[in-house]
Amino acid sequence: MSVLVYVETRDGVVKKAGIEALSEGKRIAAKRGTTTAALLVGTNLDAGLEEVKKIGPDKIFVVVNAELSNYQAEGYLAAVKNAAEDFGANVIMMGTTSLGRDLAPRIAAKMQVMLIPDVIAINVEDDGNIVMSRPVYAGKVILDIKSVAFPVVISTRPNIFDVEEGDGACERVDLSPEFSLMSKVIEVVASEGGKLDVTEADRIVAGGRGLRESDNFKLVEDLADVLGAAVGASRAVVDSDWRPHSEQIGQTGKTVGPTLYFAVGISGAVQHMAGMKTSKVVVAINKDADAPIFKAADYGIVGDAMEVLPALIEELKK
Amino acid sequence: MKIAVLVKLVPDSEAQIKLNADKSWIETRDISWVMGPYDEYAIEEALKTAGDKGGEVTVISYGDEQAVDGLRKALAMGVHNAVRVKREGEQDLLGTANALAEALKDNGYDLIFTGFKANDDDCAAIGTMVGTLLDIPVITEVSKLEVGEGNVRAERDIEGGREIIEASMPCVITAQKGLNEPRYASLKGIMMAKKKQIEEVVVTHTESRIEMAGLNYPPERAAGKVVGEGAEAVPELVRLLREEAKVIE
Ligand SMILES: Cc1cc2nc3c(=O)[nH]c(=O)nc-3n(C[C@H](O)[C@H](O)[C@H](O)COP(=O)(O)OP(=O)(O)OC[C@H]3O[C@@H](n4cnc5c(N)ncnc54)[C@H](O)[C@@H]3O)c2cc1C
Ligand SMILES: Nc1ncnc2c1ncn2[C@@H]1O[C@H](COP(=O)(O)O)[C@@H](O)[C@H]1O
Repeated sequence: MSVLVYVETRDGVVKKAGIEALSEGKRIAAKRGTTTAALLVGTNLDAGLEEVKKIGPDKIFVVVNAELSNYQAEGYLAAVKNAAEDFGANVIMMGTTSLGRDLAPRIAAKMQVMLIPDVIAINVEDDGNIVMSRPVYAGKVILDIKSVAFPVVISTRPNIFDVEEGDGACERVDLSPEFSLMSKVIEVVASEGGKLDVTEADRIVAGGRGLRESDNFKLVEDLADVLGAAVGASRAVVDSDWRPHSEQIGQTGKTVGPTLYFAVGISGAVQHMAGMKTSKVVVAINKDADAPIFKAADYGIVGDAMEVLPALIEELKK
Repeated sequence: MKIAVLVKLVPDSEAQIKLNADKSWIETRDISWVMGPYDEYAIEEALKTAGDKGGEVTVISYGDEQAVDGLRKALAMGVHNAVRVKREGEQDLLGTANALAEALKDNGYDLIFTGFKANDDDCAAIGTMVGTLLDIPVITEVSKLEVGEGNVRAERDIEGGREIIEASMPCVITAQKGLNEPRYASLKGIMMAKKKQIEEVVVTHTESRIEMAGLNYPPERAAGKVVGEGAEAVPELVRLLREEAKVIE
């Protein structure tokens, strides 16, 4: 029941979600007394290899191919399939990133195996079966699924699984899978200012309609700067064009699970909470003491954001 | 042009989700079922494309009798044909994808639209799996689409940017927010939808590869504390974040 983990890189930078999946993969393999392999695909993989070695899988499959320097669906699919077959993988894992969401279902369909997406907990039972938990119905309930047939493809939600360094043989195996691209990423456009994406941020400051106008988001940005956080938004402000959709958090936006989540002038509608429920520490700033967000918050300040935010920024700068 | 849209009804996002008595599934009685928001983007894009390029839109749902309600909602928005792929009992992701692929193949669709995810299981997988099974290109989470002669160009948001992707048709497009503003069903559309014939298709079933091991409410968040009111509460909040929660330096 060996475990293969695709570790995502973009422009040579390893995604933390991939390292988390690899750490969890190693834990699963350890419990089942079997081995783990990592897979890296693309070009410019040296830094990625070093990161992966710190986690210590038994094997590292590497597909170096200039045609795959950007994500290309069929090429990456071929790479995972090739590595999975070579390794005899029974569990194939990756992070639930935009790449993982695109790639994992392709592998499951191509190999005619089951996919369990966006998993937040994994347990190995005594008989070796794996039970995975995933939020459904916008996180209102958690479904536990037991995989009774293998291989299985699992994608793990970012920022949930602990990174754990370890020792492993890290034997490098180069592969050159054959593929032909049916769709092609012809360009990757970076967002302006190289902003941190909410799904990758360890801290988020999210603002809502309580900020009253888009210019007041300057305060949210300033707080985010002091904290080294990403800026997030409620749908109300995205729909008003104050903020881009890429910042929207919730059921029709992004799912996040940072260590620290500030909700400023956000009421805490169920659809918003669906996207941030798994945050570790939530702080709410809202002028309405009865706002639902306070029920989900670990700490709250009842007050006007326009007064609280400047004071908070000052205090943190001290 | 022949266009297919895959749709599925989901609980209204405000719905309270309760477990049924033996915790074997959720209590479905009091839930109001709606077209998922992403499926609405998919339908709108299909109708828009058919409007621009000429063509027919067929909406397809795999499910029990209830799937018909979803198909009627789509018909009311203006799609031309509706097909229910009959499902008996429950089905897992792979089984659903296999069933839909079987219903789609050999029908000569140039474009297949799906929502990028269904707001019930939140798998974000079916469209991608169906396209892979049909061995045609799939572009996921598309927020902008241009349909050319025999090919498409799409934009897809990724962390910290976006990808520009090209593919030839036939292909599958999974719809993300930003793609369009879905139209509302007109009264006339709703009346017409009631009368439309819904085609039924039978496909083969695949053996399930998973078992449900449990269904639970998520752990309640412990009641938080209101640190205080207004700017005066800030120093105490910062102290708590540093010393109690230990999430800032
Ligand atoms: C199908 C569907 C999907 C949806 N998906 C999402 C989603 O993905 N994400 C999402 O966020 N929403 C989503 N929504 C919308 C959601 O229901 C709410 O409408 C939205 O989250 C409200 O945004 P808000 O909290 O910014 O605004 P409001 O609900 O208007 O809340 C503003 C808050 O600011 C407070 N406030 C006002 N002034 C101040 C001040 N000066 N200082 C401090 N606080 C102040 C108010 O007390 C209030 O609590 C969805 C809705 C539907 C139907
Ligand atoms: N039973 C079904 N019948 C038709 N389309 C479906 C079905 N399940 C999922 N889909 C389509 O696939 C998309 C993604 O669903 P999911 O992978 O379940 O999140 C949905 O938005 C629908 O467009």
